[in-house]
Amino acid sequence: MKVLVAVKRVVDFNVKVRVKADNSGVETANVKMSMNPFDEIAVEAAVRLKEAGSATEIIAISCGVAQCQETLRTALAIGADRAILVETAAELQPLAVAKLLRAICQKESPQLVIMGKQAIDDDSNQTGQMLAALLGWPQATFASKIELAEGRAKVTREVDGGLETVSIKLPAVITTDLRLNEPRYVTLPNIMKAKKKALETLKPEALGVDVSPRLATLKVVEPPKRKAGVKVPDAKALLEKLRNEAKVL
Amino acid sequence: MSTYTAPLKDMKFVLHELAGLAEVAKLPGYEEASPDTVDAILEEAGKFAAGVLDPLNATGDREGSTWTDGAVRTPKGFREAYRQFCEGGWNALPFEGEWGGQGLPRLVSTPVQEMWKSANLSFSLCPLLTQGAVEALLLRGSDELKRRYLPKMVEGNWTGTMNLTEPQAGSDLSLVRTRAERQGDHYLISGQKIFITYGEHDLAQNIVHLVLARTPDAPEGVKGISLFVVPKFIPNEDGTPGKRNPAKCASIEHKLGIHASPTAVMVYDKALGYLVGEENRGLEYMFIMMNAARFAVGLEGVAIAERAFQRALAFARERIQGRDLVQGGKSVPIIRHPDVRRMLMLMKSQTEAMRALAYTTAATMDFARKHPDAEARKRHQAFVDLMIPVVKGWSTETGIEIASLGVQVHGGMGFVEETGAAQYLRDARITTIYEGTTGIQAMDLVGRKIAREAGTTAKAWLGSLKALDAELAKSANADVKALRAQLAQGVQAVSDSVNFIVETKDPRATFAGAVPFLKLMGIVAGGWQMARAALAAERKLNSGDKDFLHAKIATARFYGDQVLVQAPALRDTVVKGAAGVLALSEEQFLAA
Repeated sequence: MKVLVAVKRVVDFNVKVRVKADNSGVETANVKMSMNPFDEIAVEAAVRLKEAGSATEIIAISCGVAQCQETLRTALAIGADRAILVETAAELQPLAVAKLLRAICQKESPQLVIMGKQAIDDDSNQTGQMLAALLGWPQATFASKIELAEGRAKVTREVDGGLETVSIKLPAVITTDLRLNEPRYVTLPNIMKAKKKALETLKPEALGVDVSPRLATLKVVEPPKRKAGVKVPDAKALLEKLRNEAKVL
Repeated sequence: MSTYTAPLKDMKFVLHELAGLAEVAKLPGYEEASPDTVDAILEEAGKFAAGVLDPLNATGDREGSTWTDGAVRTPKGFREAYRQFCEGGWNALPFEGEWGGQGLPRLVSTPVQEMWKSANLSFSLCPLLTQGAVEALLLRGSDELKRRYLPKMVEGNWTGTMNLTEPQAGSDLSLVRTRAERQGDHYLISGQKIFITYGEHDLAQNIVHLVLARTPDAPEGVKGISLFVVPKFIPNEDGTPGKRNPAKCASIEHKLGIHASPTAVMVYDKALGYLVGEENRGLEYMFIMMNAARFAVGLEGVAIAERAFQRALAFARERIQGRDLVQGGKSVPIIRHPDVRRMLMLMKSQTEAMRALAYTTAATMDFARKHPDAEARKRHQAFVDLMIPVVKGWSTETGIEIASLGVQVHGGMGFVEETGAAQYLRDARITTIYEGTTGIQAMDLVGRKIAREAGTTAKAWLGSLKALDAELAKSANADVKALRAQLAQGVQAVSDSVNFIVETKDPRATFAGAVPFLKLMGIVAGGWQMARAALAAERKLNSGDKDFLHAKIATARFYGDQVLVQAPALRDTVVKGAAGVLALSEEQFLAA
């Protein structure tokens, strides 16, 4: 069974992001970039499926600038077998990525696509769902447990108020939540091996996909600074404020 | 609580801009060390250091290793961390491919090892000792010994130790008394060894001791010492650990620092041993490995300085105390106060200078080993030999100073153990002692590396610094100009001191100033690196990370004004200071 894992290159989670001076976006020049942590969980999940004998080949895909190769090498070092980069300098929005992934899926015919539920840069939480819709495949989002058997996937989903378990028919799209697994530390021999694994580069045009943005970003600003709190003399004053100022009671 | 983060930006800057990773990767056998692979290795090693080793540093210090009936238990978490370390293939990183290693250059293993040492110095000593033992076997072990021991030691399933010291034989190993009696194809080893790092522990299946001992007919002194392999469990034919050898741990030491690292007293009672190389040449073999071991300890100075700096910086940004000197108003984080800044800059600038010197020396070790041209290998080796005592002595002495500054930045909280700053100071304290004290390093530098060859290599290096001065002269940057003036004074100070050492016939006069000279060499070699760093940063300003590069230039200038500036005073100590050192008779010390 072939598994496809989509990985995104994002600003590292440890970096304190800064808004560009012209408010057009977030500063990414000379900023440490890493694999989206939810995608790392997706790669780990795929590698575990392979180790368990359910998957035979893992293909890691990334869409974006040439440096996404580094992100793909990380996926290869965790255990993906080969990688595909859809290279473009254009701004990519979820629908464009979903279309690119659909084109790759049509080419590679995987039984399963796994990716993070969202990327920590734009928090869109759309690509997996859009891909499933475009392909007409079932989807199971926010997975915290995946079991494969007899052409179906049993997926435990983290939903408001608890866990929901669904059974979906393959081929399908699964997006991963935080508690699905804890990604392994990459081993040195695997870093060395990753270098020798195949990494194919394609252009969006070659896949016949128009990646032009559908949304325009008007402005990006820092969140407002939190205002200092006030001390209230007693419970009565607190109630008064909650009622009349905060209006929560 | 602040945690360790590998300083990847500075590490990469030094690798690429100062130490010449691209050149090293062109050497035969090092083709794997391409920039993107090295970046990936550093990235993942940094995650392992921060995620696995760092969390065990403070807990390991508090709990320490414990001894019961000859067995040693390492602190909680160490076994699991060591298992992960070996499974991750990190133990094999510095070794040749033939025995299961990755065959990467020293320039790549150096930053990775710096991370292990920063994150957890006590832990890092176990693989370090294994590395030393593996190198000894690679160097002179028989094919049989190599086949039997190396694969296990490279994986890390078996660890190594170095058994040199005895109660009466510390810095002077000619006094070694442990005996080795020949018996067929092996020897029976009897005697007591002390200060054996990881001499006993519960991390691995087997422990392979390398032991210095004398055969019955051996000549007196250093020329009568042989080197033996003495395994804790004698390996069976199939490679599994077999019968327990009478090589026992009698106790472990209670120490000022590195509490998690067990320092064993080893007692050998007719323990089975196998000769490494030839009889009576053991110390010679040890000397061949000494550069690597001393370099590794020098790197501990860099590592602990980095760790102490990171913690002090985090505290200085958080601790609110006192008002801004000019603006007044509300209380501010103490990093706003000039004296705290000065301390942080002393920590930062010297750590960067030491790192650059260590990595550059590591690259030179790679050239000395793999350069296709024999003349070039010889030239590089001479530079390595000159710089090893400097890297070892200067980086560890400065490492202690920086760890102490780290405590100072914390104020009273630094004196409190819970904060963690004190541990670095305690841990750092051993580094100027083991693998040859600073005094021993300084005598090696002055005696063997300078006086014996009439200063040839040192003068060649000083010559290259003149060429650097011409480069610095081209810069219009005010910081670079200021640094250039300080460096020129430093170079003159080293030059005067080298001349004094070469010309002075009484060794007592030069040895009395040996440690000040070592410090002078370190400070100027660090200045050399910071000047190169400033030039590289200036070149890259338009294309690179501006914040980092501007900071590099400013840090280099600080180093000139605050550190290099000491060079002329040290020169005066070297040249004129001996009279006072040697003035008193031994009785006069008791006269008060």
